[in-house]
Amino acid sequence: MADLRSSFAGIKSPNPFWLASAPPTDKEYNVVRAFKAGWGGVVWKTLGEDPPIVNVAGPRYGGVHAGDRRLIGLSNTELITDRPLPINLEEIKRVKRDWPDRALVVSLMVPCEEPSWKAILSAVEETEADGIELNFGCPHGMSERGMGAAVGQVPEYIEMVARWCKAATRMPVIVKLTPNITDIRYPARAAKAGGADAVSLVNTVNSITSVDLDHFAPEPSIDGKGVHGGYSGPAIRPIALSMVSEIARDPETQAYPISGIGGISTWRDAAEFLALGAGNIQVCTAAMTYGFRIVEEMISGLDHYLDEKGFSSVDELVGRAIPNTTDWQYLNLNHVTKARIDQDLCIECGRCHIVCEDTSHQAITATKNGRRHFEVVDAECVGCNLCVNVCPVENCITMEQLSSGADPQSGAPTTGYLNWTQHKNNPMAKRTEPAE
Amino acid sequence: MDRWEHVMTAGREPDIAAGRLAPEDYKTNFGDLHPPLDKHQAFVEADRCYFCHDAPCITACPTGIDIPMFIREIQTDNPKGAAETIFSQNILGGMCARVCPTEVLCEQACVREAAEGKPVRIGELQRYATDVLMEEEAHPFTRQPSTGKVVAVVGGGPAGLSCAHRLAMHGHDVTIYDGREKIGGLNEYGIAAYKTVDDFAQDEVNFILSIGGITIETGQQLGRDITLAELRERFDAVFLGLGLAGVNAVELPHDPFSGADDAIDYIAELRQADDLDALPIGRRVVVVGGGMTAIDQASQSKRLGAEDVTIVYRRDEDRMGASDRARELAQTDGVNIKYNAQPKRLIDTKGHVSGIEFEYTDERGGALMGTGETFVLEADMVFWAVGQNFVLSPADGEAIKTSQGRIAVDQERRTNLLDVWAGGDCIAGGEDLTVVAVEDGKIAAESINRVLSA
Repeated sequence: MADLRSSFAGIKSPNPFWLASAPPTDKEYNVVRAFKAGWGGVVWKTLGEDPPIVNVAGPRYGGVHAGDRRLIGLSNTELITDRPLPINLEEIKRVKRDWPDRALVVSLMVPCEEPSWKAILSAVEETEADGIELNFGCPHGMSERGMGAAVGQVPEYIEMVARWCKAATRMPVIVKLTPNITDIRYPARAAKAGGADAVSLVNTVNSITSVDLDHFAPEPSIDGKGVHGGYSGPAIRPIALSMVSEIARDPETQAYPISGIGGISTWRDAAEFLALGAGNIQVCTAAMTYGFRIVEEMISGLDHYLDEKGFSSVDELVGRAIPNTTDWQYLNLNHVTKARIDQDLCIECGRCHIVCEDTSHQAITATKNGRRHFEVVDAECVGCNLCVNVCPVENCITMEQLSSGADPQSGAPTTGYLNWTQHKNNPMAKRTEPAE
Repeated sequence: MDRWEHVMTAGREPDIAAGRLAPEDYKTNFGDLHPPLDKHQAFVEADRCYFCHDAPCITACPTGIDIPMFIREIQTDNPKGAAETIFSQNILGGMCARVCPTEVLCEQACVREAAEGKPVRIGELQRYATDVLMEEEAHPFTRQPSTGKVVAVVGGGPAGLSCAHRLAMHGHDVTIYDGREKIGGLNEYGIAAYKTVDDFAQDEVNFILSIGGITIETGQQLGRDITLAELRERFDAVFLGLGLAGVNAVELPHDPFSGADDAIDYIAELRQADDLDALPIGRRVVVVGGGMTAIDQASQSKRLGAEDVTIVYRRDEDRMGASDRARELAQTDGVNIKYNAQPKRLIDTKGHVSGIEFEYTDERGGALMGTGETFVLEADMVFWAVGQNFVLSPADGEAIKTSQGRIAVDQERRTNLLDVWAGGDCIAGGEDLTVVAVEDGKIAAESINRVLSA
């Protein structure tokens, strides 16, 4: 039994699984259901100044589906809370009182003026919530008004607002970052410079999920018109993972607390974020796809994984993969691997062959001795791993390292260490110092 | 002389022999009926589950296993977590995965049955997960500190095992009494061999006992070696998981002879046989009855090498107790099934059965009547599989209330005697399924715990 208790930016919760600010955390009714299901904490759906905004009275979601209509990406045009501020505050206070051991953080988005932030912070403090999250991420609606992503894409604004908030409250301040930006390190550094206690990322990615080819409008459409939305779910998880790792690796934000968000659906997804430097995680789309009970699988899975690895707590996993996250130019060019097809597991679909033949290096046979047979030809294989990724059978194709002799495909050595910065083909190569 | 005897027997010896098949055939015929899923198959199958809300499969499961959750745990490569989810509701999840008629329980309720006529293979996924965990040394549950209370469980079958385990988890000390040499009940002595291979029944017993706090007393039969009165004296509570000790008989006029036996006795012998090729089976076998026992006897006879095996059931197909899937299995094995006929007379030659005469039946006004038309089947062995019944007397017949021939219990499985609970096939209103027995044992254990903790 591992210890799943979490302390993030000083905020405690019985496990590291929080719900992100979104419809699932809109009202007391939803949040109480979430806590009953076992979620460690929630970030309450973003509060704004009254009068509240209005959402469209029609479709707000577009989806991208894999086989069997499995939802892998969701695009939303939902805005911040459309409920009056006093009702939200009253509910937050009551829920925090009734669930003292769970984390309850409040997401906020108000105009980019110090008095607006001061006012709402003092109102939120009164609820005794555990902290606040600054919403600089909404890519639609609010950004058209100079809020949300309009702030999140300008590091100077992030630093400024973070500073205002830290001056106005003693609650922990988390800054939520938008991924719709070129280099996530700048907003993260700005949040830290402004004194924020942590960052959470990612918010949603600008998207259009489909186009109606009969009415010629993006879907979903309202009265014949469509807009871009914010994309979330399993489809964006790799984008989020990369951004989390960039911040965790950046010397300027080393050990800076990160709350990982982006398509987390299972314990493994959560563990991967933790390994890349997130101290806890937030979920939204998976809960909106399957309901709140998914947290049971996450708790069970993470617990078993930590036991198997001999980790006594979540902290022992956080950031463990960061030392192994590097830049392309430092990868070992002398580490040569070739694909190997396990003929006992192979079901002979031939997909590995055709993708290699059509689009890559023509390194997989289709026949041998006149019969259907799929086998790797080392002299052509560059070890790119495409076949491994398209094969429908897990572990049927694996990569095997060549440990001696020359690479039959390139003639290059297979031992030792050589990276691009040292390679003779690189005009900018640094020569190694001669030995003494 | 009866004209049938003259035609059929003509001095023929009954053809009963062991070792009718090549040695490897026994391995094939009695190997896993459903080979376990490998990892790839498990992932593909688990992927089909929609993770329904308030899932119909959970409602259909008599032990209420959280099926969508355990399947999701398999999907995320957490098979031990999946097994814990299963075992927390059904400690005999391993055996149930092998014997449960899922086609009329969870798999019938599955929304993918409604959608495509192809339910998720829940039973096989359950086996996949429980197999992984049962390979481990460590028992997944922890025993509460000892309460000092002692409970007697009479009968070491699924109901008794389930009750004992749950009581032990709560910290009580349990003694299981069973009349046979080994415990496990029908899991050990009755389930068809190809459903539980490699001594699984005993592995499961050991797995269950490893919670600690449970003592076994074999060779102790209620009524013969111990009495209910003395158990009630020595223990704080008693659970009766007695099963159905009685076997319904078909009363037919005949002279004394051999070769017509109860199917359950032969099945028990088969299950305990070290070498199946030493087990004699007739060349022509007739099985009278229409339930799972009849199917198991017939299929196993064929798999031992009998040439002609016929099941004869007195009513028509729709009324058969055996499930469709069981019937299809028997027919695929080459068993012939005849409907609407009841046994009229056994025919013997020199003191051994050589045939059985049947009369066709017709249902008129709710009663089964003979039509007058008869036929004879040659038989070297005849097996009766017309049902089992509960025998009350060992359980202090005067004091315990019964209903429709079995022990009457309330919703908590408590009898009219306030310190005696009961479950499994011996209680009224059940469905005679392993999984139902497990649920009875669990409910009774929670009730006993509540009473003992008060």
